[in-house]
Amino acid sequence: MRRQPPQWRIEMLLIHCPYCDEARAEIEFAYAGEAHIVRPPDPSLMSDEEWQRYLFIRSNPRGRHHERWRHIHGCGRFFNAVRDTATDKFEATYKAGEPRR
Amino acid sequence: MTRFSAFSLFAKALGGHQSWPEQWPDASPKPDYDAIIVGAGGHGLGAAYYLAKKYGITKVAVIEKGWLGGGNTGRNTTIIRSNYLYDESAHLYDHALKLWDGLSQELNYNTMYSKRGVMMLAHNVHDVQSFKRHIHANRLNGVDNEWLSAEQAKEYCPPLSISPDARHPVLGAALQRRGGTARHDTVAWGYARAAAALGVDIIQNCAVTGIRRGADGAVEGVETTRGFIASKRIGVSAAGHSSVIMQMAGLDFPLESYPLQALVSEPVKPVFPCVVMSNTVHAYMSQSDKGELVIGAGTDQYVSYSQRGALHIVEHTLAAICEIFPIFRRMRMLRTWGGIVDVTPDRSPILGKTPVKGLYVNCGWGTGGFKATPGAGDLLAYTMAKDEPHPINAPYNLDRFRTGRLIDEAAAAAVAH
Ligand SMILES: Cc1cc2nc3c(=O)[nH]c(=O)nc-3n(C[C@H](O)[C@H](O)[C@H](O)COP(=O)(O)OP(=O)(O)OC[C@H]3O[C@@H](n4cnc5c(N)ncnc54)[C@H](O)[C@@H]3O)c2cc1C
Ligand SMILES: [Zn+2]
Repeated sequence: MRRQPPQWRIEMLLIHCPYCDEARAEIEFAYAGEAHIVRPPDPSLMSDEEWQRYLFIRSNPRGRHHERWRHIHGCGRFFNAVRDTATDKFEATYKAGEPRR
Repeated sequence: MTRFSAFSLFAKALGGHQSWPEQWPDASPKPDYDAIIVGAGGHGLGAAYYLAKKYGITKVAVIEKGWLGGGNTGRNTTIIRSNYLYDESAHLYDHALKLWDGLSQELNYNTMYSKRGVMMLAHNVHDVQSFKRHIHANRLNGVDNEWLSAEQAKEYCPPLSISPDARHPVLGAALQRRGGTARHDTVAWGYARAAAALGVDIIQNCAVTGIRRGADGAVEGVETTRGFIASKRIGVSAAGHSSVIMQMAGLDFPLESYPLQALVSEPVKPVFPCVVMSNTVHAYMSQSDKGELVIGAGTDQYVSYSQRGALHIVEHTLAAICEIFPIFRRMRMLRTWGGIVDVTPDRSPILGKTPVKGLYVNCGWGTGGFKATPGAGDLLAYTMAKDEPHPINAPYNLDRFRTGRLIDEAAAAAVAH
């Protein structure tokens, strides 16, 4: 008789690492915040408003969210993902440097 | 509204408690109000109550997308304390703590505030130094907080293991005796009942979907799933959904929303006399009057509005609980649930005016705003009534993220609080 998979597998996210090309459990990954926020080349040229926006303002949408993840207990690499924050379903994951989906 | 008293209880008991009137009417929206509060959590209901009670502004609507108290107010682990590090924080949280004291009498509703003491465990040298710094800072602000040795901590909370062989041995603890718990639901219900008695409309099952602004930029009212409701004064107190609502008015906020979980055990006889928090191993626990152990877990790592968290977060917390309280190793857990908490970069709230005229905000309480419920309601009401912040909430402005004048309890506590 086949054993049922343990419950916890259902209770956490499965994330597809675009480098390993495998869906693995969330505990292998570290979340790394909103994606596509470009570090300003010269902060001293920025106004306080722009600096605040870079440091602190996040889109925090209810819905499609672009975010960075790191496969910290796997290949170790950063990649980007699109996830729906209302359902937690991943729409896509793609390699760092690829254009925003 | 029938006043609760020994006499009214007795009189109604004679009729088998069948003749109690409804505690607050389920109001339908009117075309316009002098003030609108978005979100019927404890904070929003409190603000409506104080607007009516202290400032005579009674034509007020509290608009709630679900049922009142169904947000974080009804989902939290009810820890109440005020021993925060910075002066601004001590003033803010102690203002709330003082209001908790007379709240049941003021509302004629038992909020079950119990000063059983909140004890925070120190597990390493850093904890010891940091807690002692908190204790000294608190003393300067007139906030009680005292240092206990490991033995004294065990005496205060007998189920605690202070074995030196533990993976995270207890080196001592900081105890705020005025800290404790209250019954989450009754806080929302008590404010709702008292506010409704003063004429406030509580409109449930009505989601705010837009904020209408006039040619001069000032607010004119809110679009809702039950139509447009006009008001020149809108206070947003929507916890995890605050940034979504501020975006309706064209404002970007420094907030991120995360799931935070809690769980309760099967009920047992009274065994756990106080509240214990351990930031280092990440566990919080108290025992409810029903007998359940009430346990707070951590936040998930990712932004989410799903109102449920991952199981491994709960497992992590339970591993810590079993370590600190071996006596509970064979307890069964009954329920887990999640709420969505709105977290600011410095882990302090944003409470005041916004760049949009007539729009006020109370948000960013994150993982620790239940304790502030009466204070936040009181200060939001003040700010909306006077169109200027009270000195206590003035430092909690939005502009601090531009000026850099942060109130960095994140660095001070480094954990959920
Ligand atoms: C698991 C957990 C444990 C916690 N433990 C503690 C603790 O021990 N101590 C402590 O001090 N704090 C704790 N907190 C934090 C605390 O619960 C919150 O900071 C506090 O309750 C916030 O109160 P509120 O009234 O602002 O929010 P809520 O009670 O969440 O009220 C906000 C309301 O706004 C409504 N709303 C949202 N969007 C809309 C819309 N578009 N239109 C209309 N209405 C809307 C929601 O439905 C909700 O009812 C915990 C939180 C969680 C989730
Ligand atoms: Zn990988």
